[in-house]
Amino acid sequence: MPTSGRGGWRGRGRVAAGTLGATLLGVLLWEGYKAVGDPDGTMLFGVRLLPRADDAAMPHVAEILGRFADPELAGGEPVGMVVLRAAAFTLRGVAVGFAVAVLVGALLAVLMQRFRVAERGLLPYVVLSQTVPLIALAPVIAGWGGQFSIGSRPWQPWMSVAVIATYLAFFPIAVGLLRGLQSPAPIAEELMRSYAAGWWRTLVKLRLPAARPYLFPALRLAGAAAVVGAVVGEISTGTRGGIGRLVVEYAREATTDPAKVYTALLGAALLGLVVAGAVGLAELLLSPRRRASTR
Amino acid sequence: METGAVTDPAPAGAVTDRAPDAVTDPAEGEAVVDRAAEAVIDRVMPSTGGVIPKGRAGRAASASTASGRPVEPGPAVELAGVAKVFNAGRPDEVTALDGVDLTVGRGEFVSLIGPSGCGKSTLLRLVADLVPPTGGTVRVADRSARQARRDLAYGIAFQQAGLLDWRTVARNVELPLELRGLSRRDRQGKAREMLELVGLADFAGHYPDQLSGGMQQRVAIARALAVDPPLLLMDEPFGALDEMTRERLQDELLRICARKGTSALFVTHSIPEAVYLSDRVVVMSARPGRIVEIVGVELGERTEATRQSAAFFAGITRVREALRGTPARSAPPAGADQAAAGAPA
Ligand SMILES: Nc1ncnc2c1ncn2[C@@H]1O[C@H](COP(=O)(O)OP(=O)(O)OP(=O)(O)O)[C@@H](O)[C@H]1O
Ligand SMILES: [Mg+2]
Repeated sequence: MPTSGRGGWRGRGRVAAGTLGATLLGVLLWEGYKAVGDPDGTMLFGVRLLPRADDAAMPHVAEILGRFADPELAGGEPVGMVVLRAAAFTLRGVAVGFAVAVLVGALLAVLMQRFRVAERGLLPYVVLSQTVPLIALAPVIAGWGGQFSIGSRPWQPWMSVAVIATYLAFFPIAVGLLRGLQSPAPIAEELMRSYAAGWWRTLVKLRLPAARPYLFPALRLAGAAAVVGAVVGEISTGTRGGIGRLVVEYAREATTDPAKVYTALLGAALLGLVVAGAVGLAELLLSPRRRASTR
Repeated sequence: METGAVTDPAPAGAVTDRAPDAVTDPAEGEAVVDRAAEAVIDRVMPSTGGVIPKGRAGRAASASTASGRPVEPGPAVELAGVAKVFNAGRPDEVTALDGVDLTVGRGEFVSLIGPSGCGKSTLLRLVADLVPPTGGTVRVADRSARQARRDLAYGIAFQQAGLLDWRTVARNVELPLELRGLSRRDRQGKAREMLELVGLADFAGHYPDQLSGGMQQRVAIARALAVDPPLLLMDEPFGALDEMTRERLQDELLRICARKGTSALFVTHSIPEAVYLSDRVVVMSARPGRIVEIVGVELGERTEATRQSAAFFAGITRVREALRGTPARSAPPAGADQAAAGAPA
């Protein structure tokens, strides 16, 4: 096809340059504020408007990066390794939670599209589900999980974390995909009807392709929600081995070793990047070869 | 090939008479059909001086032979006392159609014309079983409209193109073929043929949003024709086209209908178009949508000369009078506007 691929590499180069620029800008802002900001923070009528700029609250970027190479305590592994391992541990919960969320969200969306009654009956609960505070929900899920076992394998704590990630991530998918499935113009639906195409073939030929532009933004939101769900889930269920736990542990040393907290936070950010990257890759692979025309 | 009006029986003085339906000699009609069909098969692009057979007898005969099936007795479309009320019982209730009786014979070409909002599209949707009637019966090819839709008994082109914008032009034309389970090769071959017919072969790989409105409309026409339906339902398909393309596609459409024995129900706002294409022109009035008059057109074979013939202009005059003479006082301005807009220079 003559229209495929044109500008693809240039487009990707632009995205890479943009990412790099944004990172640089972030570093510049951080260091710039440190240089000009009041070390004790800016107060106005007793309210802190701007954060402290001293080394304890905002260590230098170089110091944070350097901390990755130093050992965790007096001895032991470098922090970088610990953070990476914790990120990998959490990633499992994120990935499983995200995958299940895609499945559950898609099923709910298709169900709600198919049956008006289902939409009216389910949608309020889907929305309501997101208003339940996670902190309250997490121990309940962990408690329930303890009574299950998958085959002979007992329930693992990370599975509770995955369930919590799912709980947060299915929502954008269900709502976004439902909108997408409902997006075809009435005339397109009439066309399929005139072809005597049943519900399934209308779904495959019309609704799903029409939903594609709605799906990927929903997946991005769901990816971010899965990361947040997993990290917060780890913290609130007290699961060991993941980034969530690391954030809590390192935060306790914030006064003596301020750079350490930020390494754990960067680890969580890395998780987000990995998930966003995976979604981006999926979009690249699943999208039809798009023409280069600008719109 | 003679370009004169071979079977045009109307002398200049007699054209204003309300002629009954076609009286073409069946045998003669069939012979003309065969000749024209060969011409079409040879080259897909239209000839300017060709003869397009017209008349129900000739085309009905070709319908039974071309399809290879036994001749089915009933008409292509049969509407009896059809009414359609939208939002019944609500404040925004609209009586779109009321008491419509209409029969489209096999192989017959019938146009619907009338002021905007008089229910032409609604009538087409009823035949297509896309909306249910609130009164009367709709039968298509001896079946209920519902059964006919399930049997894929018609092809439809809507007022808006209605293309799927994630599919290329060619893949849009292939869509109905895909749903009928044609092989990839057959689909691609048919789509190419249809796109050549509407003059868009070079745009097969483009996406709909890269085309102009008129081009999109032509893709929709190609899509409707691709399945060789025994009945064509077309809603102002040539509305967005320039005059030359419009005339060319009118001729193509007549050729296809003649070759395949296709029946057609065709909505248009152009009086000359209705007269040129049709065996009968159905003139409608608005609120409630009713059939005011059915004007029979007797032009014989359509040729280059037809568009300049006295009989053609006489037909236009009769349709215009029928539009203007609608009993409802709200209708005449719209009808008069259309007549003025549609009149040839
Ligand atoms: N889905 C609908 N719901 C409510 N009213 C409708 C609907 N479809 C059509 N109508 C009404 O039915 C009447 C006839 O509409 P229709 O589209 O058939 O007109 P039309 O003759 O095709 O007009 P035009 O020439 O402008 O296309 C209009 O008054 C319109 O408001
Ligand atoms: Mg209309």
